[in-house]
Amino acid sequence: MGLLSDPNRRRALISLLTRLNAPICVVCYMAGVVWFMGLAFEPFTLRTYMSENAMGSTMVEERFPSGERALATGREFAAHKKKVGGMPVDWLVKTMQARGLEVFTQTFSRTLPFPDENKERYMVKGTNVYGILRAPRAPRTEALVLSAPCTQGDHNNQAVGLLLGLAQYFRNQIYWAKDIIFLINEHDLIGMQAWLEGYHHTNTTGMDWSPLQGRGGSIQAALSLELSSDVITSMDLVLEGLNGQLPNLDLANLFYAFCQKIGVLCTIQGKLQRNDWDSVSGYSHSVQTMMLMVMKQASGRPWGDHGLFLRYHIEAATIKGINSFRQYKTDTNTIGRLLEGMYRKLNNLLERLHQSYFFYLMPSLSHFVSIGYYMPAFGLLAVILLLRALDLWVQLASPPPGTEDGVVDTEQMWSPDVLSVLTPLVISHLTGVALYYLPIHFQKMALEHFPVSDTEAVVLTAIAVYTAGLALPHNTHRFVSGEGTEHGWRVLKLVAVLYLAVLLGCTALINFSLGFILALTLVPVAAFVTPHVPKVPSAFVLVILSPACTLLFSVFFFQELQEVPISFQDGWVLYLSVISQGILDHSLYGSLVYPLIALLVYPCWLLFWNILFWE
Amino acid sequence: MAAPLTLLLILAVTIRAALYRSSLADLIAERVEVVSPLTAWKRVVEGLALLDLGVSPYAGDVFHETPLIIYLFHFLVDYAEITFMLADVITAVALYLAVKDYNKQVFRKQKYALEAERYPLDCLELIRSPKEMYYIPLKVAMFYLLNPFTILSCVAKSTCGLNNAVIALFILTTIKGNVLLSAIFLSLATYQSIYPLTLCAPALLYLTQRQYIPVNFRRFSFWWFVAQYAFMYLGSLFVMICLSFFLLGSWDYLPSVYGFILSVPDLTPNIGLFWYFFAEMFEHFRLFFLCVFQINIFFYTIPLSIKLKEHPVFLIFMQLAVISIFKSYPTVGDIALYLAFLPVWSHLHRFLRNIFLVSCVLLACSALFPVLWHLWIYAGSANSNFYYAITLLFNVAQILLVSDYFYAFLRREHHLSYGLYLKRKDGSEATLVLK
Repeated sequence: MGLLSDPNRRRALISLLTRLNAPICVVCYMAGVVWFMGLAFEPFTLRTYMSENAMGSTMVEERFPSGERALATGREFAAHKKKVGGMPVDWLVKTMQARGLEVFTQTFSRTLPFPDENKERYMVKGTNVYGILRAPRAPRTEALVLSAPCTQGDHNNQAVGLLLGLAQYFRNQIYWAKDIIFLINEHDLIGMQAWLEGYHHTNTTGMDWSPLQGRGGSIQAALSLELSSDVITSMDLVLEGLNGQLPNLDLANLFYAFCQKIGVLCTIQGKLQRNDWDSVSGYSHSVQTMMLMVMKQASGRPWGDHGLFLRYHIEAATIKGINSFRQYKTDTNTIGRLLEGMYRKLNNLLERLHQSYFFYLMPSLSHFVSIGYYMPAFGLLAVILLLRALDLWVQLASPPPGTEDGVVDTEQMWSPDVLSVLTPLVISHLTGVALYYLPIHFQKMALEHFPVSDTEAVVLTAIAVYTAGLALPHNTHRFVSGEGTEHGWRVLKLVAVLYLAVLLGCTALINFSLGFILALTLVPVAAFVTPHVPKVPSAFVLVILSPACTLLFSVFFFQELQEVPISFQDGWVLYLSVISQGILDHSLYGSLVYPLIALLVYPCWLLFWNILFWE
Repeated sequence: MAAPLTLLLILAVTIRAALYRSSLADLIAERVEVVSPLTAWKRVVEGLALLDLGVSPYAGDVFHETPLIIYLFHFLVDYAEITFMLADVITAVALYLAVKDYNKQVFRKQKYALEAERYPLDCLELIRSPKEMYYIPLKVAMFYLLNPFTILSCVAKSTCGLNNAVIALFILTTIKGNVLLSAIFLSLATYQSIYPLTLCAPALLYLTQRQYIPVNFRRFSFWWFVAQYAFMYLGSLFVMICLSFFLLGSWDYLPSVYGFILSVPDLTPNIGLFWYFFAEMFEHFRLFFLCVFQINIFFYTIPLSIKLKEHPVFLIFMQLAVISIFKSYPTVGDIALYLAFLPVWSHLHRFLRNIFLVSCVLLACSALFPVLWHLWIYAGSANSNFYYAITLLFNVAQILLVSDYFYAFLRREHHLSYGLYLKRKDGSEATLVLK
C-alpha cells in the first residue's frame, strides 16, 4: 500500500511510466512475442503425464481379435451405401441388432441460411443410427460414446466397419460399468448437433429433429473415429472443438499412452514428434506444430465431429487413421486394440475427467504448455494497452499548458466530449450490427442485382459492409460538436484502449489463440494511433492490421504451416470460403467468432480508424 | 430543473420497458450477479404460489423475502414490472430531492463560514460554486437510473430495487428533518434486510445537528432525543414484525428471513465474499467465522461515526458502501445505490488518488464475471477459483474506491482548516501521507 498512498513515490512511478512509455511498450511487445515463441522450446515445456488415478494405475489387456471381419463389414457397408445412395439405415439397424445392441434412429432436417459450396449442401435431411450397449456391471447412469461419421463417397467405410466390429466384441465382455453408445451420424456435424441436442433435450440452433427413443446415462467421454483405409501408418489426434474449447488433457494423455504401449505411430496436427529439440529444425518443427494448433483453435470451428460434444461438458476427441508412404503399416486389429484399451480405461473412470488441464497448447504430443505459461505472453501484450491508457489519463488530468484554469473550464470541456465520444462509439457499433445482419438478410437482393452465386453474395456483402464502414464513421463528430478538440480524441482513445483491453482479455480467457492473434495485430494499432501521425502510411498500416486482413494473412500462414503453399488467386478463393464457413458455423453450431469480430472487434478497430482521422 | 428530470425518468422507463420485452430479460433474471437467493423474483413467484395454495410460503427452502413483500405482490403480481420501474423512479426522485436539499445546506454552511472568515485564504479554490453544484442532483438521479447495474437489477425484477427505494426514502426524510418518517423508513429498511441498522448512527447525528442538539453524552437533551428516536424506530419495527405475524399467523418467517441472512446457508456464488469462504471451510469453524464476517459489517459504524460526526451524509454514503460490500448476499443493485452518490462528492476529484486504477478494475471485473461464469459452469474448463478471484478483485476495487473517497474527504476538510499549501516546520512544501 505504500506505493498507493505515498504521493512522492507515486509521482516518481507515474513520471517514470509516462516518460518511458514508448520504450516500455516496445519492450513489452517484443517480450510478449519472444515469450510466445519460447513456449515451443522443449526445455520450457512440461512433459504430459496422466493425472487421473482411475486411468493411470490400472492395467488393462487388449485382445480385440476380429480386425479382418471388421474390414469385411466395412466393405459390406460400402456396398449398401452405394446401393442406397446415402446412409443405409435399414442395413445398419439390422446389423446392430444382430450384434445385440438396442438400436434407435433419429431423423433430422435443416435448411442452411445459404448454400454451403464446400460441402455442396443446402437442404439437409438425414438419419442418425445409434445402438446402446447396456452396462452389465453397474446402474446405467453413465455412458461413453464411440461415433463414426457416414460420409458420402468412399470415405470412412473402414471406420464404420471397425465400430461395428468393436460393438460385437464389446457385447461379449462383462466388465462394462458404463453404457456404450455406438453412433453413426450422417452429414457430419449437422447430424452430430441434432443427436446431441436430442440427447440433452435442448434446442439452441432451431434445427428440426425427431426426439430420441432411447438414452443411456450422462455421457462421460466420446471419441469420434475417422478411418478410410485398410491399413494405416499413423494415428492422428484432433482436439480443437467449437469456440476453441479443448478436452481435458488426460484424454490426449490416454491416447498417447496407448499408442506407446501398442506401438502405433501417433501424431498431432499431422506432425510426428522429434527428439532433436536442440537443433534448429527440431525447434522449428515444434513451433510449426504449436502454431497449427493456435491457428486451428483461433478459428473457433470444430475440427472433427467431436467438437460439439465439448459444449455439453463431455470430453471428446477425434482419432484419424492416416495412410502415408511409410514402410511400417498398422492393421485394423491393432487399431481395434487401441480403442478397446482406451474404452476400458475410460470405463474405469469414477468421476468426470477433471484432474488435468483444460487450457493448454501442445508443441508435440508428449509435451504441453499450460495456461500459467502461455498467459504471460498475452499479459505482456495487454499491459501495453494499460500503459497507454495510463499515459492518456495523465495527459488528460494535467491541465493543458498555457491556461491556468480551475474547475469551471474543465466542466465546460467535458460536456461536448461526452457527445463527441458517444457518436463514434454508437456509429461504429451500428456498422458492426450491419456487418452482422446484412450479409444473410441481403442475400436475395444481392442475387437479383449481381451475377454471383449465393455464397459469393453473402461473402461479398460482408466485405462491402466492412469496407463501407471505413468510409462512414470518421468526421461524424464534426457535425455534432463542431471542431474536434485535442481533448476529444484523447478521451476517445482512452475509451477505445480500455475497451480493447477488456475485450481482448475476455477473448483470451475463452479462446487464448484468438485473443493472442488479435492482440498481436490490434495492440500496435491501438498504441501508436493519434491524429498527428502521417495520414496515408498510418491508414495503410491500420488497414493491414485490421481484423479482415489478419484473417487473410492467417489463411496464407495456415497453408504455409501445413506445407501446402498456395498462389494468391487460390488463397483469395480460400479466404472467401473461410468467411462463408465462419458465418455458417455461427448459424449452424453457434460458433462465436463471427459475432465477436463483427459486433465487438471490428467496431473497436473502427474507433482507432476514427482517431486517425480526427479533425 | 423539473424538465430534465422528467426527460431522464421517461428515458429510464423506456429502456427498462424495452428490455422487459426483449429476450434478454430471462437471461438477466438468471444471472447470479444480479439476483441473490434473497431477492430473486423466481423465488417470490414460488412463495406466492405456496401462499395461494394455503401453505406457508416459508415451507421448504425457497422463499426468503419478508411477509410484507409477499403481501405487496399478492396484490401487484400482475403489475410487477410497473412496480419495479416505479421503485427505481421513486429512488431516483428521492435521491434527487435529498441531494438538492443537502446541497443547499452545504452551501449555506459554507456561506456562514466564509462570512465568519473561518477558511484560510489559499483555500478559495476549494470553495464550491453554486454553478458547479446546480447539476449535481440531476447527475445523482442519472447515475442511479442509467447505471447498467440498476437497469439489470430492475429488469431481473430483483427485490433489491424495493429495498433501495426504502433506503432512498429514509435518506430523503432524514435530510428533510422529519424524525418520525425517518425512523419509520429506517425500521422498514431494517425489517427488509437487517444491515441498514447501521444507518441509525448517521441519522441520529444528522437529526441532532439539524435540531441544534449537541452530541454530548453528558447532556440530557441528547439522550432524550436518542430515546425518542429509538422509541419511534423500535416501535415501528415492532408494529411491522407483529403485522407480519398476524398476516401469516406464524413466526416461520423469522428464521427463514433473518436466520437466512445471518447464518448464510445458501452458498450460491455471488459477487460477495461469503460463498467461497464458507464453502471451503471446515464445518466446526463455521460459527466462529460467521460471527467474524457478520460483525465486520457493524464494526465500522463506531469509528466512522466518531471520525465523521460533522458530516453525517458522507457517513451514510460510507455505511451504504460498507453494507453493499460486506453483506451476505450482495447484488449489483446494492452497489448501484452507493454509486449514485458519487456525483455528490465530485468536488473531491482533485484529491482522489486511485480513481483511474479502480475504475479500470471495476470495469474489467464487470466484464469478466459472465465470461468466467461461462467457463466454469457451461464449458467446465475453468473452476470456482477463477470466478472467486474476480469476485475478490471486484471487492478490493470497491474497498479502494470507498477508502479513496474517505481519504479525499478528510483531506479536503484538513485543507479547509489548515490551508491548501501546507508548509513543514522548516518551510519546505509538505505532503499529506496516509499511514
